[in-house]
Amino acid sequence: MIYDIIFNSTGSSIIAGLIVAILPLFVFILPFALFAVLLERKIAGHIQDRLGPMRVGYHGLLQTVADIIKLIQKEDIIARSNDKLFFNIAPVLTFVGSYAAFAVIPFSSLFLGAKIDLGIFYIIAVSGLVVVGILMAGWASNNKYSLLGAMRSAAQIVSYEIPTILVVLSFVMLTGTMSLYDLSETQTSYFWNWFILGGPSFSIQKFLLIPFMLISFIIIYISTLAEVNRTPFDIPEAESELVSGYHTEYSGMKFAMFFLAEYANMFAVSAIIVVLFFGGYQSPFGYLGNSLGISWLIPIEQFLWFIFKGIFFVFVQMWLRWTLPRLRVDQLMAASWKYLIPISFFNLLIIGIIALI
Amino acid sequence: MKEYFNNIFTALFTIFVGMKVTFRHLFTPSVTIQYPDVKLPLPERERNRLYVNMDDCIGCDQCARACPVNCIEIETVKAIPGEDLGKTSNGKKKALWVTKFTIDFAKCCYCQLCVFPCPTECIYMTDVYEFSEYERDKLIYNFSTLTEEERLEKIENLRKFNEEKEKLKTQSPKNE
Repeated sequence: MIYDIIFNSTGSSIIAGLIVAILPLFVFILPFALFAVLLERKIAGHIQDRLGPMRVGYHGLLQTVADIIKLIQKEDIIARSNDKLFFNIAPVLTFVGSYAAFAVIPFSSLFLGAKIDLGIFYIIAVSGLVVVGILMAGWASNNKYSLLGAMRSAAQIVSYEIPTILVVLSFVMLTGTMSLYDLSETQTSYFWNWFILGGPSFSIQKFLLIPFMLISFIIIYISTLAEVNRTPFDIPEAESELVSGYHTEYSGMKFAMFFLAEYANMFAVSAIIVVLFFGGYQSPFGYLGNSLGISWLIPIEQFLWFIFKGIFFVFVQMWLRWTLPRLRVDQLMAASWKYLIPISFFNLLIIGIIALI
Repeated sequence: MKEYFNNIFTALFTIFVGMKVTFRHLFTPSVTIQYPDVKLPLPERERNRLYVNMDDCIGCDQCARACPVNCIEIETVKAIPGEDLGKTSNGKKKALWVTKFTIDFAKCCYCQLCVFPCPTECIYMTDVYEFSEYERDKLIYNFSTLTEEERLEKIENLRKFNEEKEKLKTQSPKNE
């Protein structure tokens, strides 16, 4: 673990803890957000047969850097009738909620913030904080559109957490562990050991599991997409109806915090899907480090594989965003309560029965 | 029950159809033209900003009269006999000083009616179409090659010449 390495080299648990806590932010979240915002705009452009940003740097590569410089310069506007305390806390709380999830995400077998046994449970619990932040932002803005957006967001996140949890529950039943590290370790070596293809054990159980794993993958993908408030489930932001929902009143760096939280969340849910179904940080076909006999190369390869898989699912989220129109509120609720939840219940039952065989 | 599963199937199926379409568009070449860097070729008979080649202008005022919005203003001063104004490119002798030739592009309607009457073909359309200004006055383009001093000088010259002619006229009957 990275904590032990730093602890052994510095000898101070405080420094080691601080470094481990800050590392994902600077090594991963900020560069990822820089990259993902550009990726999103480029994908949006090319899907609509446009080019996207082209002016700053080669093919607009530095566009996000320019945007961030602009956001830093902006005035921090707080309207007179805003609830100042909550208005200031809300973006921080939202970001904390999505950042805290990174504590247990295993980037590689070495790079893992905290190796706790309740990993997936912790992520689901802590991402509930995001709802509080959003609701707080909507309420403190003292703006009808913000409040509507925040209320929609709360209703949506709460109802879509259920199918997510049911799918996760079926995993807990099947594997008997909640630790994301253990889940990644069980799906080791080759891609046919991934849970999307029935898990590591080679038996009749594996082949019975494949269709239900596909169903649970689709369910969890849809419901996590709804949890991060992205199109087709972006009714909390809904530019055409609600200005931009709960962050209408925010400007400058506070807006940037919401933005960063959204992109961090996108990666966090993609990371959950990768760990549960696609082998976490494991390579689909062996490691270069193993065949060359260089053992320190393996964690780096694992890190790259994890980033690649995560960004692939982030890409699919963006792809879906520019494909599908927004759902109505009643359609949104119907999709969750009438379709996803019953199906995931049956899925849970059947996976439970298969696990017993 | 049948409808329920049908809904699920159509939802998933149509999502994949839509994703296929957008994925195909991800790799089709974009239609964007990077405007200030790349410009579309203009059509053959496009009408843009006017230009007046003052070397050829004989000050005949035909363009100003043809203009439906009166955006061309021309002031001419007769040349006195000693002055040589040169010839236009198609051999016409110039006899007038064009002391003022302004076109107000804020008024101009780009109808090209001024271009055809010109006997020396000195007023014509260019391919410049980006000339917006912050102040309306800056859209009044002055084409006259004479400076203000030269203009006053030409007017003064003509006045003196006329005075002398008048003098001669008033003197001449006495001589007879």
